[in-house]
Amino acid sequence: MTSTKKDPVLVVLQLSGGNDYLNTVIPYTDPLYRDNRPGVHINDNELLKIDGNLGLHPSMGSIVDMYNRNDVAIIHGVGYPNSPRSHFRSMDIWHTCEPDRVGTEGWLGLAARDIDPDKENVVTVVSMGPSVFRAITVPGVPVACVNNLDEYGLLTGIDNEQRRDKILNRFTRMYAPAVGTGQVMDFLGETGLEAMKGADILKVAPDKYSSSVEYADTPIAKKLKGIAQVHLADLGTRIFYCDHGSFDSHANQLGLHTSLWKDVSEAVSDFFADLKEHGEGENVIMLLFSEFGRRVRDNGLGTDHGAGGAAFVIGDQVKGGQYGEYPSLKAEDLQQGDLVPNMDFRGLYSTVLENWMSLDAKPIVKGTFEKPLFV
Amino acid sequence: MVNEELNLMAHLMRRAGFGATREELEVLVEKGYEATLEELLDPQAEEPAHRDEFLRYHPGFWKPITSPGMGSAPWLHDLINSGHVLEEKIALFWHQVFATGQSKIDHWHEIMRQVDMFREKGMGDYRALLVELARNPAMIFWLDNCDNHAYAVNENWGRELLELFSMGVDNYTEDDVRDCSRAFTGWTLAPTIPRNAHGRHDWGFEYRDEDHDDGEKTFLGHTGQFNGEEIIDIVCQQDATARFIARHLYNFFVADETQVPSWSNTTPIDPDAIDTLAKAFQEHHYDIRSVLRVLFNSDFFKNAQFAKIKSPAELVVGTLRLVGGFEFPSPGIGNLSKEPGYMGQELLNPPSVEGWHTGPEWINSGALMKRINFTADMVGDVTKPGVSAIVGRVKAQGDLSSENFVDACLDLMGPMEVTDDTRRELVEHASESGTLSWGANSDEVSAERVGEMLQLIVSTREYQYT
Repeated sequence: MTSTKKDPVLVVLQLSGGNDYLNTVIPYTDPLYRDNRPGVHINDNELLKIDGNLGLHPSMGSIVDMYNRNDVAIIHGVGYPNSPRSHFRSMDIWHTCEPDRVGTEGWLGLAARDIDPDKENVVTVVSMGPSVFRAITVPGVPVACVNNLDEYGLLTGIDNEQRRDKILNRFTRMYAPAVGTGQVMDFLGETGLEAMKGADILKVAPDKYSSSVEYADTPIAKKLKGIAQVHLADLGTRIFYCDHGSFDSHANQLGLHTSLWKDVSEAVSDFFADLKEHGEGENVIMLLFSEFGRRVRDNGLGTDHGAGGAAFVIGDQVKGGQYGEYPSLKAEDLQQGDLVPNMDFRGLYSTVLENWMSLDAKPIVKGTFEKPLFV
Repeated sequence: MVNEELNLMAHLMRRAGFGATREELEVLVEKGYEATLEELLDPQAEEPAHRDEFLRYHPGFWKPITSPGMGSAPWLHDLINSGHVLEEKIALFWHQVFATGQSKIDHWHEIMRQVDMFREKGMGDYRALLVELARNPAMIFWLDNCDNHAYAVNENWGRELLELFSMGVDNYTEDDVRDCSRAFTGWTLAPTIPRNAHGRHDWGFEYRDEDHDDGEKTFLGHTGQFNGEEIIDIVCQQDATARFIARHLYNFFVADETQVPSWSNTTPIDPDAIDTLAKAFQEHHYDIRSVLRVLFNSDFFKNAQFAKIKSPAELVVGTLRLVGGFEFPSPGIGNLSKEPGYMGQELLNPPSVEGWHTGPEWINSGALMKRINFTADMVGDVTKPGVSAIVGRVKAQGDLSSENFVDACLDLMGPMEVTDDTRRELVEHASESGTLSWGANSDEVSAERVGEMLQLIVSTREYQYT
């Protein structure tokens, strides 16, 4: 990175619930695909071929367009050894890089602490949606958790602006550091002021924003639009987080998966178009991951929890293409009926942290892992 | 206007329940501390919440097939409405200790049934509770005891029983874990019926003798052909168990301890208190009700007012009980049930078997903002019966100077203690609008001013404490 470049920004889109790898990146020439998916498969004439062996889900047209522009890296067989097949546990492992014990520090929280150790910018990390994800949580690291950018802030239920301003002013004074009230009171004070400051900073974003891109009226489009607004307002946010789901397609998978990927693909495509329109796309990459892939054999109308999955990294600076190998579908190569991951997600994170964010990955992912060099 | 009796009663009701309105507190003070405590421990006069009534208005929450993120709505209804508040609180306590989550169970109703079991048995014999827990279908699935076979031991349940549910780490060996797990082989789920389009079927417990390892086991120095119940007997006899449960009770009901995983190498903040509770646990043969009686009657409890950060569940339920108006199974309860989750405590879905990290770890800038906004929205609505009652009580005091106005509000919101700095800010804020006066022309404005003062009060740091 040279100093004239803008700081690199990472957007994470978490596909919650376990996205079905086999019907997302479809090994259409592998007869085992059709054998294992009598009920839940994509027909050859519908899928969007990206090479002689693989095709993407029919509703991923916008992502295929970006792939053809070399802006999409598909990372095959992502996961970690001994997948527990539990949503929570697996998501937790992805969030903390701690497969052997329960970790409490999120990988992006740690990254944020490295980026801004003195907490100079309380909006270094912005999460869109009501939940505070563990990936971005480390005690003492500020996180702005925004449900709706237009209504974000403290005491937004107070309609009268003048009254609210007065109360917020009072709030700031009440949370000011005071001597001798104790550690927890100090911590509460500091946290309250961070929340207040973060809201003040972020509230300018929607006003500054204008765009010709019309996002769809879907939850994920709203989140990505919010992220675009904050990014374009140039507030110094380096890590954005959001999720979409649920991809937990035990039943009615074909319909469910189609609408999920349609919403995601369109929203992602609109998001990058929006950044491009403002000339602000070149320092942003987006990582899409899911806590696990799904069982190779379908259960009739859906698929159950599996192991290895696919991740996507998207952006102008991404070296498009495919990384790693599609895990074997042969019965003797499966573990408990699942694809065996052959790309450790911590290697994927290491590439993001080191080659994109210029941070030291080792203490964050707890070790050294082979890196797919997509940036 | 310090009123020790009232302060203490408010403290008891916050900790043994989810707070009480001033009207309720006055009745209880009249009744006396000990009598109130006995009613909490063994409710006779008050009514519990009625699940059937809730389901009558919200049939969608009956064994829901999907996970709309609102699975805890039936419990929220109980938490808000039950007259047996300590039963609800102890259910919340065991839900934190024996943390079982929807993320893996994928069957809200089974976790709800587990919580119902905590409500029913949570104040009784801890030994019986552990046996019930070992037979609980959600727990069996959560900790893989259905995969614990005579020919292939799965140690998940056996280990957590010792590490998280009874003794704590460093009090047993890996061999103990192994043989403990062997003793629970064959404790499994009855065959489950797959979900259908309208809901899910209940799970059941089944003991399969043919899958039970009946061989000799050595566990914590005892040797025999132990089955699960005998293991639980030995576990209950351990000093470590008495101390571990005592510390959990202290952390939940008295004051914030460090996080559970560090207990093996940090001293309790009040070692004497832990001794007292552990001793009561053993003397009363693991009867939790008796331990709670000792706890709530102790000086260390009575002196621990505002020594804890409210959990999101305490904050949300306490606020809803204070403002009132949610007694009828109102349509918004599904969304309300998501609120604790937004603040970091999704009920029925703890992050892991270790439960939630508590105390100051409830707080981060995102969660704090949610706490403040939620409570401020609630108390700022002067049409809500509980808020309207507070306004009425302030009004009954006639015209008030800024200082008296603030003190009246702080008193009615707890009574709450705030630092001198906080009080000064509140008074300054009040004084910007002058004396609080009542009369035909000023009633509405003054009511709004009270609402606004309550909003400011719930925004304070002090309100985060219980």
